[in-house]
Amino acid sequence: MKKIAENRLPELYQALSAERKLYLPLEEGGVVGYGLYSPEKKTALTAPSTVKSPKELFFPQVEGVVNFQMQGKNIDILPIEMPKEDFVVMGVRACDVRSFDVLDRVFLSDPVDGYYAARREHGTIVSLACDQPQNSCFCEAFGIDAAAPAGDVRCFIREGVLYWQALTDKGQALTDSLFGLLEEAGPAGQEQQEAFTAETKEKLQALPYHGLDLSAFTPDRLGELFHDPKWKKLSQACLGCGSCTFVCPTCQCYDVRDFDTGHGIQRYRCWDSCMYSDFTMMAHGTPRPTQLEKFRQRFMHKLVYFPSNNEGMYSCVGCGRCVRKCPIHMHIVKVIKALGGKKDE
Amino acid sequence: MQVRQDWKPKIVAFCCNWCSYAGADLAGSSRRSYPADVKIIRVPCSCRVNPLFILRAFQRGADGVIICGCHPGDCHYTSGNYYARRRMTLLFKMLEYLGIEKGRTRVEWVSAAEGAKFSSVMNDFVQTVTALGENVKLEDLRCKEPLN
Amino acid sequence: MQGTAQLILERARELMQSGQIQRVLGWEKGEFEHDPTPAFFESEEELQNFCYNDYCGANLSKYLIAASKLEGKTLVCIKPCDSYSLNQLITEHRVNREKVFVLAVPCPGMLDPVKTEGKDLSQGERKDYLLDKCLCCKGAEHKIADETIEGPSLDLAPEDRFAQVRELEALSPQERFDFWRGELSRCIRCNACRNVCPACSCVKCVFDNPNSGVSSKASADDFEENMFHIIRAFHVAGRCTDCGECSRVCPQRIPLHLLNRKFIADIDELYGEYQAGEEAEQRSPLVNYQTTDKEPSDALKGRG
Repeated sequence: MKKIAENRLPELYQALSAERKLYLPLEEGGVVGYGLYSPEKKTALTAPSTVKSPKELFFPQVEGVVNFQMQGKNIDILPIEMPKEDFVVMGVRACDVRSFDVLDRVFLSDPVDGYYAARREHGTIVSLACDQPQNSCFCEAFGIDAAAPAGDVRCFIREGVLYWQALTDKGQALTDSLFGLLEEAGPAGQEQQEAFTAETKEKLQALPYHGLDLSAFTPDRLGELFHDPKWKKLSQACLGCGSCTFVCPTCQCYDVRDFDTGHGIQRYRCWDSCMYSDFTMMAHGTPRPTQLEKFRQRFMHKLVYFPSNNEGMYSCVGCGRCVRKCPIHMHIVKVIKALGGKKDE
Repeated sequence: MQVRQDWKPKIVAFCCNWCSYAGADLAGSSRRSYPADVKIIRVPCSCRVNPLFILRAFQRGADGVIICGCHPGDCHYTSGNYYARRRMTLLFKMLEYLGIEKGRTRVEWVSAAEGAKFSSVMNDFVQTVTALGENVKLEDLRCKEPLN
Repeated sequence: MQGTAQLILERARELMQSGQIQRVLGWEKGEFEHDPTPAFFESEEELQNFCYNDYCGANLSKYLIAASKLEGKTLVCIKPCDSYSLNQLITEHRVNREKVFVLAVPCPGMLDPVKTEGKDLSQGERKDYLLDKCLCCKGAEHKIADETIEGPSLDLAPEDRFAQVRELEALSPQERFDFWRGELSRCIRCNACRNVCPACSCVKCVFDNPNSGVSSKASADDFEENMFHIIRAFHVAGRCTDCGECSRVCPQRIPLHLLNRKFIADIDELYGEYQAGEEAEQRSPLVNYQTTDKEPSDALKGRG
């Protein structure tokens, strides 16, 4: 394990961004989001959460797929180059690190999504253990250890020192490139980590969503859950906006569209939201005509369909973003509790 | 940025069918000149111009957009241009509020008999927009023609 | 607030028992104080989960578009600021007045869960925790009501709602451009501002129509963001009651109300003071005109 004093972090950022792009939480306009580091930006590494998840660094909201150029009766097909720039994402919390396992299942299984795969290959994830879980957090319910995130490098900050531990070869290579900047943490590092883990555990146990019970969401109950009359009540106030899906670290649906530039066509893909009226729109219309079906789709996908196809892995990581951002406060925790999660009464 | 030496602004002029479009016709038949960079789009009435049309024109590469209609009181549909006047005033003030140069947008009333006015208005507008240079603030990079 | 909630509930129960109303549109208890959800209550049993607390900031008037199509009358809890939106919806024939029983509820100013998170509310003033929209409160008077529940109202001198608009107007065009680019570039195209807006009531929005050539969900280019927000604000100009919901729901905290307020300020200045939703059946300034209206060239004179 290595270490560096917290007040020397700008040096670390400089070193990391010298040879590759560095993305980390930045504060802008009163909100925090992952952005490209440059010395004049206001970094917010320890901010409790970001509005959007780091998902967009691997699966951007909008990305070109192919271009067409028209000349007379000829159409030239101009492929778009695969991403090939190395980059580092720093400050990724345990929940968001887990979200990459979910996305990998979708994009790296056959047929492999080349764009995502290329970004995964060129991206190095430096995670940061969480020491200030919020009231809206429930990563514990998915077996995620907030104090010990995965990633290529794992960091935690305690008593003004950032501890740095490479977990993979990629992480080791990054660590080696920082030669001279990081010091050996020695046995004290281990002690600090144990103390950190204990503190975080205590905080997690004090959270309001501690003990959230997901046992009702099993593949064999698919039909029962699907037909549950409670969906009507749960979905009735849904505005049909895409806040929850666009801040979600695991939502992976996308749409492919053409944009006519006047001298050619740009085909791009962009995030889609199952909450939107044109989601999975086909020639005959949409298979989910009302908000009830759209709303149900989102939660059934995360809690039932996805685990059915992926050895029980839920496609929710408990980051709490939708809990915080839903304009009408109707979110996945309320759905879990209403449909058979732990009840207070 | 690469600057083209021979740069000329692209102007979109929405002209109402009954007055301004006929005014443009008259300008032509009376051999009044106006720059060829003005592309006229004929609309039934100035109030047919939806704000989206104006933004779309900028997106597609216009450097200035002008709306021409009948003089107030002379609208073929009695009151269309009065509505257009309010809408365009508010829209253009909003564009100004967003930091877009206000010289890029204009409303002018040109009657069917005012061929000379049509030509002078267009000449003046093209001059104003030329001085402002290329539209950068309201451009859509995807629509820019590749600089070969 | 407990008292007010009790009064609302009692009255709602009475009206439901007497058969005058079929359902209640109000707020349902969340898991905490700060997360009530708008909800329809169809029976007295369901009303047990009714709540009216400091976090009922959501404007319920837009849900009445759907409720107008249901059988029977809907009792709706309307705060003073929501009453403007409801009037506007009735004016536009989007809500059927006959199908609505308006229960005017008092509002002491609603709290912002983001501002109160982790704070001890006994420390500091209530003002510090209010939703931004409440800082420019339009007053305690309801503009439409069938019946009124009495209760405490917000005791606060409202801020000048146009102050920020004027500050922006005083900047140079480049500064204004940079300001808006900074704000609008954060937009994630979630459409929450549009979907929550009581004035945005088109059955199919132009931004949801792929044939219109605009992308509803892709922030594909700076231009798309600008266009979406200009058109959104323009489409509600003259009809926007300044209820502040757009800014409240924005996950990126973009001050969208500053676009709407610019239109309101310009309308006031050029076409006379106008408050949308002040009363039903008003004619909005954009579907109206005076032969003496200012010419666009005159209205745009002045600063560069």
